[in-house]
Parts: sequence; structure tokens; C-alpha cells
Amino acid sequence: MVETTKKGIARRKLLAAAAGGAIGSGAVTGFPTIWAQNIRNVVLRQFGTGVSNQNAIAEKCKEDLGITLQMTALDSDAVVQRSVTQPNSYDIADIEYWMVKKVFPANVLQPMDTSKIRLFDKIVPIFTTGKLTPTSTIAQGTAPSTVGFVEGPTSTRFASSPTQWFTMIPTIYNADTLGIRPDLVGRPIKNWKDIMDPAFRGKTAILNIPSIGIMDAAMICESAGVIRYGDKGNMTRAEIDKTIDYLIAAKRAGQFRAFWKTFDESVNLMASGEVVIQSMWSPAVTAVRSRGIACTYQPLEEGYRAWGGGLALAKHLRGIQLDAAYEYINWYLSGWVGAYLNRQGYYSAVLETAREHMTADEWGFWMEGKPAQGDIKNPQGQVMERAGAVRDGGSFYDRMGAVACWNAVMDEDRYMVQKWNQFIAS
Amino acid sequence: MTNRWSGLLLASPLALILALFLIVPIGTIVVVSFFDYDSVRMFPAFVWTNYEELFLSPITWKTYFQTLQFAAITWAICLIVGFTVAYFLAFHIASPLMQTALFLVCTIPFWTSNVIRMISWIPFLGRNGLLNQALMGMGAINEPLEFLLFSNFAVILAYVHLYALFMVVPIFNSMVRIDRALIEAARDAGATEWQVLRNVVIPLARPGIMIGSILVVAVVMGDFVTVRLMSGGQSASVGLMMVNAMSLLQYPAAAANAVVLLIVVLLMIAAMLRIVDIRKEL
Repeated sequence: MVETTKKGIARRKLLAAAAGGAIGSGAVTGFPTIWAQNIRNVVLRQFGTGVSNQNAIAEKCKEDLGITLQMTALDSDAVVQRSVTQPNSYDIADIEYWMVKKVFPANVLQPMDTSKIRLFDKIVPIFTTGKLTPTSTIAQGTAPSTVGFVEGPTSTRFASSPTQWFTMIPTIYNADTLGIRPDLVGRPIKNWKDIMDPAFRGKTAILNIPSIGIMDAAMICESAGVIRYGDKGNMTRAEIDKTIDYLIAAKRAGQFRAFWKTFDESVNLMASGEVVIQSMWSPAVTAVRSRGIACTYQPLEEGYRAWGGGLALAKHLRGIQLDAAYEYINWYLSGWVGAYLNRQGYYSAVLETAREHMTADEWGFWMEGKPAQGDIKNPQGQVMERAGAVRDGGSFYDRMGAVACWNAVMDEDRYMVQKWNQFIAS
Repeated sequence: MTNRWSGLLLASPLALILALFLIVPIGTIVVVSFFDYDSVRMFPAFVWTNYEELFLSPITWKTYFQTLQFAAITWAICLIVGFTVAYFLAFHIASPLMQTALFLVCTIPFWTSNVIRMISWIPFLGRNGLLNQALMGMGAINEPLEFLLFSNFAVILAYVHLYALFMVVPIFNSMVRIDRALIEAARDAGATEWQVLRNVVIPLARPGIMIGSILVVAVVMGDFVTVRLMSGGQSASVGLMMVNAMSLLQYPAAAANAVVLLIVVLLMIAAMLRIVDIRKEL
């Protein structure tokens, strides 16, 4: 192991040497202390959507572990493409659960050994058993637990119940709903179908990312009583037809102002008053509010559309790089990152450790739905909410317990995209 | 003999570059358009399903029609604007220095990026945008005009703004080369201004008009960013169809569409070149 501690060797050489050495030392079973010195020189290339690819996390990781994280942020379409088509261009893929359903079978990722993950038992059960509380039911769509495990260390088949081989460590997840401008809607908003109210003609928007847009559309259709789905996350052709026909009729009637594709578009649509009710993501609501414009992330009776992302290991990782990746994942769950993400309004994988890094007031506001006692600040130190504010939708259990479906990829997605194109073209 | 060899040698760098960066990629697209695919990967095969799905879908026809419509309207407006500006520059500005200065003024919008020029329309045309506020302030309208933004009107406005210069430049170039003696001769022979324009200027400016038209039509036919941003995602174009397919890893479907679009655009350009033989007239 002498060679790995020399300074100034080219990274490639070092890794090759380390990989060779690792087999002899038996360290693959993973006792991080053995590697503590070597890991400091490792570079891990991580890519994913902008939400969890945050520089502050990379900086803190460098500080605590010495591991250099090279972050690349891409939009979700590009993330799927790259993870499948360029598997050697990354070491860690930060992807969403619906993507895993597509990406894992392409044999570009390797599952994690749960015995090497120290806090595995503390991970929120949504990601393991699928049940938030023992009495909850698993929501429709690509629920994380359904793609959370594979059958063996080299398998690409998803297991129906927990195994030792975990596909992804959850990073962030959240429950999405509609955003509204309470000052402009002029009435209480209670259901997903309210977006189709003729009173809001020309003042609504939904998102134009087919795989997510169709889910919002499904929530709307079911709420309006147009259709009752077997599984919103895996529609039949007939269900897709009916959903799209309903959307087309609404579009022809001029119900929509726009279809947005990027975060900033949704912020601008709302802030400028072009729309008063639309599909939205939680940070976009925060962004509108930070401009001093009233915006509510409205809880609705039918429940939320949830999404979640996680870190997956590239197939080619081995030796010291693989150990560094495990070390990084263990660090990720150890609290600092969790608190950092919770403060942005997302949820993190291990709540107990995150709590230790948050003040009682922060925990009460973000996780328990209690009124803020003092100013609530974001991780950059800007004031997000004043004393007395209550989080839209309430506590963690209120929000994540009311998930109606998860973002999904359907068996009929080829057909669905054709129909979605038809909707946009009509 | 040496002449012939040196000629071939001189042409070879360009030929090589074209072969490598044009012929090979297009060949690849054609090959991929016959591949089969699932939700993650594509498989080498020779199937017609990609073309079948494309041609049998009414969306394709509708989208092509919409795209052609965008191209036709944009072309017509760009032609009128471009011709007028070029005519003014070429015939009404006497000093060459002033001509150059004004010509540079025309290019000012091109100093910023395409996307920024496009996005800057959004706060201007929006429901609470500058234009609507100004009109309402003047009392010209009571309700904001909604059609201004996120509509086909907005798409065409952006196209004209972005591409009118592509029309101005070649037409201006043709016009400055017109022998002024011809125009004087026409006037001496008793032609009115209109007759001079119709029978002397337009025929001689034809190559410029054709080159400008080809540029504008080709660019609009392949566009997807402008349509997406300015229509607020509410209109489709052929380019956008391909982007949607690619975003779901359906590369063979996008490739088939690309091949069809390429053929359509080539046919359109061939038709234009039949009307004017550019090489003869240049």
C-alpha cells in the first residue's frame, strides 16, 4: 500500500495501483479507517439534476473526508441519456427513482451492499419497505421501494422485497402539488381539478416534461371524475387516450397559458402573473415568495405527486474508488447534508441524524409543521420565513403520508410520448 | 496535368471535412432511423416501423403543416422587410461611408445571443408587460392583449426579429452591384419609379432574394427553441417533435423524422433554385 500514499502521482495511476493493492489487503469488505489516508486523494465524478448537485455539499465533503466531488448538473432528460449511453463518464449518478427503472436494466450501475451502509436501518422506510408507517399503503407509480433492491450483486432485476443489494441511497425527495397565487385566484383551492375551472381560463400552466406532466394530468383527470386509473404510474393505452383527449379539449378551450419545461420558466410565469395556478416545484414557490409575491404550495384533497432522487454507483467503480464512494454515502447520511437539504424544504433520507444538525425551531417548522418561533433561514443565511409562518401542507407525515402517486415511467411510454406530442401540437 | 492535380489537391481539404463532418453523420442518421428501440436502448435492425409511425400519425402531418406555415409567413414578412431595408440602403443613401455605418446598425441585434434576444420579448409582450401596460395607460385597450405572448403571433414576431437580417444582407449585396446606368437608362426611356423597380431592380436583385429566402426557410424549418419559448410550449414544430423523442431516448424515431425533414427542406431548396439559377446570375 506504500504506492498509494505517495503524493503527486497521476490519479489514474494511483487508482490502478490501489485497485491492485486492495484485493490483497482484503479491505474490499470495507473498513473505512484503513482507507482514511488514501481516500483523501480520490476524485469522484457525480452528475445529476441541479437539485441535489450542490457545490456546498462538495465543499463540505472535501473538508470532512478529503474526497473531491466533481459535480455536473444537467436537466432530467440529459441525465437519463448520459447515464445509459456514457456509463464511463461518471462515478456516481444522482438520478431519480423513475429513471432507475430505465437505467438500472441497462447494466451501467452496480447495487450497494447494505451491510456497508452504517445507517441503513435508519433510512426512512418509504425507500425500503415502501411503508412510511406500518399502516400506510404503497402509492401508485414508480414507488422507490419497487425499484430499491435487486436480486444479487450483479443482477439488474428488481427484487419485490428488500434484499442486501440496494440500488440507490435516497438523497432528496418531496411531495409536489399545485402552486397558486392566493392574491389572484380569488377563491379557496382544494382539488387538482380546480386548475380546470373556467374562471382561470388562460391563466393556468402545466409542465411539459411528458413523463411528469402526464402524472399531473392524471391527478387532474381523476379529481375531475373523468377517469379512474388502475395505476396512474402505468396507464393503459385507453387511459392515455382519454387523459390526452381531456387535455386537448382544455387546450382548445384556451385553458392553458403556457407549458413550462424549466424551473425558471415556472417561476417567471407565476411571478409575472401570467398564470395564477400551475404545476410547480417547491423551490420555485420559494423563489416566487422571495420576490415578495404571495405564492402558496397548496395541499389538495387527492394528495401529492411525489418524487425522489438518490445516489447510484457506476458499474465500473472498484477498489479504492468504490470504498471512497461508500464512505461518501455514509457521510451523506450522517446528518450535515440531511440538515442542509431539509433547510431548503426537501426531505432527506435519515431524519434522526439530520435533526441533530438543526435547531429545534428549524426542525419544528420544516418537519413538524409547527409555526416558526423566529426567522427561518435558508442554508445561505437569507431569511425565508418570518416568525409565525407555517409550512404549506404541514408536517413531514402529513405531506409524505398523503402521496397519491410517484413520478413514473410507463410500459407504454413510447405511445404516451406520441400522444403527448399530439397534445402539444393540437 | 499539373493543373489538374493541383486543383484536386486544393479541393481535397474541403472534401475531406465535408465527408467527415457531413456525409458520415447524415449517413449515421439514416442508418439509425431503421433501428429498433425500447425505453432504454436501441438495437441495430432494419425495420420500417419508425417511418410507419411517423407517416401514419396525423400529428406528423399537422406539425409539418404548422412548421411550413411558420416558414411561409416568416419568409414573406422577412422578404418585405429585408427588401425595403436593402433598397433604402442601396439606393437612398448616397455616401458609401453612411451605407456601411447604417448597415452596421442593422447588425447590432446580432451582438447579443439568439436566446437572449428571444427571451427579452417575454417581459415586453406579457400580460403585465411593457406593451400592455403602455396601451392600457394610454386608454387604447381596457383588457390586456393576451395574444401577444405565448402564441403563434409571438413565434413569428421572434422569427422575423431574429432572421430579417439574413434577408437584408444578400439583397443589399445584389443591389449595390446593379449598374446605376441601367436605372438611369430606364428613367430616360420614360419608366416610372414602379416600373424601374419591377423591371430592373427586382430581376437584378433576384439572386440575393433567393439566397436570403433559402437561409430564412432552412433556419425556420429546423428551429425548435424559438417555438418552445415564444409559444410557451403550446405550439409544435418538427424540431420540437424530434427533441421530445430524443428526450425519451427514442433516437431512431427522431432520426427517421430528421431524414424526412432533410428531404423536405432539400426539395424546397431545389424548387427555389429552379426558379433562379444562382450560379448563372451571380
